[in-house]
Amino acid sequence: MSTLESQPNSSAHALRIVIVGHVDHGKSTLVGRLLHDTGSLPDGKFEQIQAVCRRRGMPFEWAFLLDALQAERDQNITIDVSQIWFRSATRSYVIIDAPGHKEFLKNMVTGAASADAALLLIAANEGVQEQSKRHAYLLSMLGVSQVIVLINKMDLVDYSKSVYYRIEADYRDFLAKLGIQPLRFVPITARDGVNLIAPPNDVVKWYSGPTLLRALDELTPPAPEAEGPLRFAVQDVYRFDERRIVAGRIESGTIRVGDDIVFSPNNKTSRVASIERWNAPIKDSASAGESIGIILAEQIFVERGHIGSLETQTPIETNRFRARLFWMGTRPLSTGRRYKLKLLTQEIECQLVSVDRVIDATSLDTVSGLRLSVARNEVAEVTIQARSSLVMDNHDKVAASGRFVIVDDQNVAGGGIIFGGTYVNRGRIRSTNIFWSEGTIDHRIRVERNGHRGMVVWLTGLSGSGKSTLARALETNLFNRHMQVYVLDGDNIRHGLNSNLGFSAEDRVENIRRVAEVAKLMADSGLIVITSFISPYRLDRARAREVILSASVEFIEAYVAAPLQVCELRDPKRLYKRARAGEIKNFTGIDDPYEVPENPEITVHTDRESVKESVERLLDFLIPRLQLDVAEYEI
Amino acid sequence: MDFRYTHLDALENQSIYILREAYRKFKRLAMLWSVGKDSSVMLWLLRKAFFGHIPIPCVHVDTSYKIPEMIAFRDRLAKEWGINLIVGQNRAVLDRGETFPNGRITRVECCSFLKKDALQAIIEEKDYQAVIVGIRRDEEGTRAKERYFSPRDKNFEWNFKDQPPELWDQFKTDFDAGTHIRVHPLLHWTEVNVWEYIGRENIPVVDLYFSKDGMRYRSLGCAPCTKPVQSRARTVAEIIEELRDTKIAERSTRAQDQEAEDAFERLRASGYM
Repeated sequence: MSTLESQPNSSAHALRIVIVGHVDHGKSTLVGRLLHDTGSLPDGKFEQIQAVCRRRGMPFEWAFLLDALQAERDQNITIDVSQIWFRSATRSYVIIDAPGHKEFLKNMVTGAASADAALLLIAANEGVQEQSKRHAYLLSMLGVSQVIVLINKMDLVDYSKSVYYRIEADYRDFLAKLGIQPLRFVPITARDGVNLIAPPNDVVKWYSGPTLLRALDELTPPAPEAEGPLRFAVQDVYRFDERRIVAGRIESGTIRVGDDIVFSPNNKTSRVASIERWNAPIKDSASAGESIGIILAEQIFVERGHIGSLETQTPIETNRFRARLFWMGTRPLSTGRRYKLKLLTQEIECQLVSVDRVIDATSLDTVSGLRLSVARNEVAEVTIQARSSLVMDNHDKVAASGRFVIVDDQNVAGGGIIFGGTYVNRGRIRSTNIFWSEGTIDHRIRVERNGHRGMVVWLTGLSGSGKSTLARALETNLFNRHMQVYVLDGDNIRHGLNSNLGFSAEDRVENIRRVAEVAKLMADSGLIVITSFISPYRLDRARAREVILSASVEFIEAYVAAPLQVCELRDPKRLYKRARAGEIKNFTGIDDPYEVPENPEITVHTDRESVKESVERLLDFLIPRLQLDVAEYEI
Repeated sequence: MDFRYTHLDALENQSIYILREAYRKFKRLAMLWSVGKDSSVMLWLLRKAFFGHIPIPCVHVDTSYKIPEMIAFRDRLAKEWGINLIVGQNRAVLDRGETFPNGRITRVECCSFLKKDALQAIIEEKDYQAVIVGIRRDEEGTRAKERYFSPRDKNFEWNFKDQPPELWDQFKTDFDAGTHIRVHPLLHWTEVNVWEYIGRENIPVVDLYFSKDGMRYRSLGCAPCTKPVQSRARTVAEIIEELRDTKIAERSTRAQDQEAEDAFERLRASGYM
């Protein structure tokens, strides 16, 4: 084969290509043929398969080259991913053959997650099928963006131009909805080697595009993420000798000697004194992909799971977030069950809060009806709550720290990507060089004496939505249960601690920051703190959550919802009237926005529920979380 | 200094990540040291991962049929690098002489007794939770389907029909008592990669790999079942050159693989490396 000389450039990365598609559309056959036609098979392999087929009394089966397991040959299906190497004139490839059968989705995911590009295979005689779509959807979630579509078995439709273009148009539409723009569509007949290596001049006269091999050579190797925000995932801390080495991998960005690194979630900062490697050239920086060690100038507490970043580009820190997720577990993902979540080197217990939308991966429609679980092979948008703070990024900002897996009973059962999280500029809310002095009376001891946990219940809603009424009713009820409870509201904060603050945007941010810090201290001392502030901005509430979680105290965002018209009608303090008259500026709901919570722990609707009903709903939610004997809420 | 990030750097970084994960997750962890080229690379990567140290024991399953140079090389390296060497052996079978070819058993049965059973015995004796093994996907079809973290059940068996998913470098690290995990840090390397890395890092390997009188070993095992291939390659560079053009499978000189269509699959399913 003139186009296939021996490897010219050994230092090139082998490009990893996954082959996916509906069962029986010819994936393994394609790979077998490709290996044969590129001269990549070892001597005797072809003859060996020939003998195996003869023994079974069947025609030559290319797929046997890859389907290495006896069970695979017996059933003539691919059960598990296989990987095989071959070379073109320009570079090396690893071909990942993934099973098309629905039952083996987890194996398909295993293969596709490590790929740089994908070949999506569609049999011309069957057209676009269920798995052709599901696999494309998963590729988009797994982050494989380079896609070539192969329309196979063209011989079965007599190399019909109209069939080919109809399938191309269908599939192009579908892929566009996923944000996938295929680089090429290529007609082939894998079994006969048509249009794989040699141009198909005589058979497909109407096609003037590249052969499969040329299309592969057009792909671009993955770009390193050395330019992104620094994310250094700590794997371990070693003390094999006199050095204390923080070992981990740069997941994104670049770290340099002399950088000040913030380690989240506890956000202690230290300078990089040196970058450690063994038997390697000395270099004072390390970039995405490198497994290194660092020695810190200041002896701060760092452990596995901490994520290092630069102060100017810190990650998100929260215990509650939204994600798009696919489920592979035998048991459905359900609310009320506890799971382990793994994100980079972090591991944390989590629960499914809600299934916000189940997506039919083949039609991309929302599956209707309220759902409390996600079944095997389903894709859904969900809200997840972790037991304590988790460090993460939105997936579209930093892929490596924007994805996670969920472990159900020892097994990785689902994978997800994070979206819609709020970034908090840490520089504005944190003073540096202040160190905590930790007393011997710890949170645990206080909680045990009180007989309940400390907690912050953060009521948010428009003026007149009923926050104060609910806060007082809730306080009374909890107090009568012999619990330690206190309400923070405008009356006791604005007149004292925050008397120097007005209502400018800056002052409102500072107002909420102080409330959060005070609530944190009180809750850390074992109290249940109910805050009653409009707190109209999402970012401020995200910051408050972060502050509270930093003390390992549970944060409950309770949205007190009522339409603006209702609130304005109530107008208990006649503030709306004054705002309408122009006497008050920047009044929330009138000339300043209220950003509705996207993901509150609980919502009460005071326009439809009586005060008693709302309080009861709040109590039903809070009481189990306050009790000590419920192990899953042990924070 | 050339700081370009090459494919060898990418392979090395990924393997280091896996070794550190294994070291963190499993308190009782050992490396299986076959004394072949891949094992040499693994020892080197351990030192890379742990900044010059080899903090885990290295187990050599000695069938007593290993080529003598291999044992000499093993003992020399163990001493120079301060390796905690543990040697396992199926003494009972050797004493009874139930080995290939004199014990009237097949090659596969012999492998099963001397390697698999000996390994199982030492894992049980030392109660290892995980063993690092230097297999690669490009060696053989069933190895191509392996995972980085691959569980083995109580009977030592590999359930290849129901393997855990692996994505985004998240591995299965929780399992029931009695089972153990095989960790495969070289899974994504090829034979050429191994030699390229040996060349770049100047890693010591047994002399048997280099041509002598027109022959060299491409894969090392027991003397009765391993044959050298015709080769003029006397240096690492020449081996790399030779492998670029070869169409001979790496394990074709390992006779036990060729006994039946699924000989190697059955061996592996029952606990072989």
